[in-house]
Amino acid sequence: MYAFLHLTIATAFRVIARNRLRAALTMLGIIIGVAAVIAMVSISQGARALVQAQIATIGTNVIIVLPGATTVGGVRAGQGAAVTLTVADALDLKKKVPLLLDTGWAKRDVLQIVSGNRNWNGPVNGISPSYLVIRDWSFAGGGPFTQADMDTAARVALLGRTVVENLFEPGEDPVGATIRIRNVPFTVVGVLAPKGQSAQGSDQDDIVFIPFTTAERKVVGTSFLGSVGALFASTIRPEDLPDAVERIREVLRGRHRLQPDQPDDFTIRTQVDIGKVQEGVTVTITNLLFAVASISLVVGGIGIMNILLVSVTERTREIGVRMAVGAKRWQILFQFLIEAITLSLFGGAAGILLGVLASKLATALAGWPTVISGASILVAFCFSAAVGLLFGLYPANKASRLDPIEALRYE
Amino acid sequence: MGDLIDCRDVWKIYRVGAAEVPALRGVTLRVQQGEFIAILGSSGSGKSTLMYILGCLDRPTSGTYLLEGRDIGAASADELAEIRNRKIGFVFQSFNLIPRTSALENAQLPLFYRGLTRGEQRARASAALARVGLSGRESHYPTQLSGGQQQRVAIARALVSAPSILLADEPTGNLDTESSRDIMRILQGLNRDEGITVILVTHEADIAAHASRQLTMKDGEIVSDRAVSPAILSAPSCTPSST
Repeated sequence: MYAFLHLTIATAFRVIARNRLRAALTMLGIIIGVAAVIAMVSISQGARALVQAQIATIGTNVIIVLPGATTVGGVRAGQGAAVTLTVADALDLKKKVPLLLDTGWAKRDVLQIVSGNRNWNGPVNGISPSYLVIRDWSFAGGGPFTQADMDTAARVALLGRTVVENLFEPGEDPVGATIRIRNVPFTVVGVLAPKGQSAQGSDQDDIVFIPFTTAERKVVGTSFLGSVGALFASTIRPEDLPDAVERIREVLRGRHRLQPDQPDDFTIRTQVDIGKVQEGVTVTITNLLFAVASISLVVGGIGIMNILLVSVTERTREIGVRMAVGAKRWQILFQFLIEAITLSLFGGAAGILLGVLASKLATALAGWPTVISGASILVAFCFSAAVGLLFGLYPANKASRLDPIEALRYE
Repeated sequence: MGDLIDCRDVWKIYRVGAAEVPALRGVTLRVQQGEFIAILGSSGSGKSTLMYILGCLDRPTSGTYLLEGRDIGAASADELAEIRNRKIGFVFQSFNLIPRTSALENAQLPLFYRGLTRGEQRARASAALARVGLSGRESHYPTQLSGGQQQRVAIARALVSAPSILLADEPTGNLDTESSRDIMRILQGLNRDEGITVILVTHEADIAAHASRQLTMKDGEIVSDRAVSPAILSAPSCTPSST
């Protein structure tokens, strides 16, 4: 059996080597199909890795609570239009929801920032010190402000990279410098390490952080003391997120005295939800490309079937001779199947090379991030073997069912 | 010891559309091990059909065919393949070598389906090629060999499985006189020296003259069956003159 298998494979190789051009043309469909699969998977995985990295910049296991839309006389205002969340909410949540590692809050406004003879218009966020921890901000220079700065409403600021680039000369150290926000002087105590683009595409480094109390009292202003733009919280473990969200909802509904039939006056979003939206886009594109690649593989399979049918006809006498010297039906079947699978595996291997090359080119020329995964190569290889098996079956079966006498007489 | 071949009232009827065409009409034939038989007859006489049945490529429509006591009519397609592989060697008029495949590998073909190791296959195929005087031509392709040499490769292929019966269907039909003599010399040698039963199908009387028993067929029946003294070819069987 081993010797038979060995020789059958050797025969298949020889038959293919005999008709190189024909074999190459036959394999073309498989090559293109597999290359498309490999390239598409690597590009979509690269895109997904990029999105995941962007989502990770939000922080770790982050929950964001935004003031909900309110209805005023039947007209629904946008998300965040109403002021329904307060510092007290955040402090109470930390007390009542043990799953939460910490809670923080922020309030933002876009303001003019001036340093010397330069100025910049950017978002200024008043934040609790815990916010920096929850959102995983780290420092390129200097350090965060403290609870004491918070308590005294100190005029200290942290600057994002984009703001630094627009307000300071290259090489100039902003730490210790004085900037003015709405004409209020602030001392820069820290420069934030860059986070890059957010998952939604906005520049996260175009940011100025100041203590929440300072923002409330001296810069941004407020409709009532303690109102916040958004609440932030984090859990220790990602699997705690759904439970934590439910508990936050309960506590906030209680605090806001909402009746059971009233809708929430806030919106809770987790990092996972944000990730899902982005992943949905990637999945749609991947599915689309996969459909195209599958069609190509099927076309490739039909090509193999076609050429095998020709081969069976051409080699009718040979099949007759093989039967006359004692080849059993399954042995003939096997020989043609092995030929089909060898063809499709060669095509698959060439397709993998081409696909890897294509994704490298996509990275080199278009700058797309790509990730070539071993799994996709394995799947493509198995898939091409399966195509060979599937489309080889009909011609192989046809060969094995020839009548030996008619096959011997075939001209 | 029983007969090698025992055919009793064998009929073979082909269906062509609605019509039934009898190719064999009640053939009864017994052959002993070691005979050299020529089956003569014009085309359409049923001699090829008889050869296909004797060679287990086909089964009788009615009647019984016992090969070494085994009922061929009751065997399955795969059992027939097994019997052909072990008991029967075929030589065809048009050689039927596998193209672009070396003489050695052509001669190996029956063993290929028997699951022998590669080394064993090669050793036996080389020996068979040597037996027909083709030592040193193992790696030649059919296109590099003359007609007579190709037919000798085909004989080696038939011999390699050490069959009981060698069936030759017009083996010299495509060959010149000189090559034909070589082939007949080899067949006679195999019959005489190794006791292989040779059944030769031909329509040429001078080729049939090499056999020791001549059957003549007409319209699907054996019309004469006689022992003859064969024309012995003198030259040594292993070293035919070059072709």
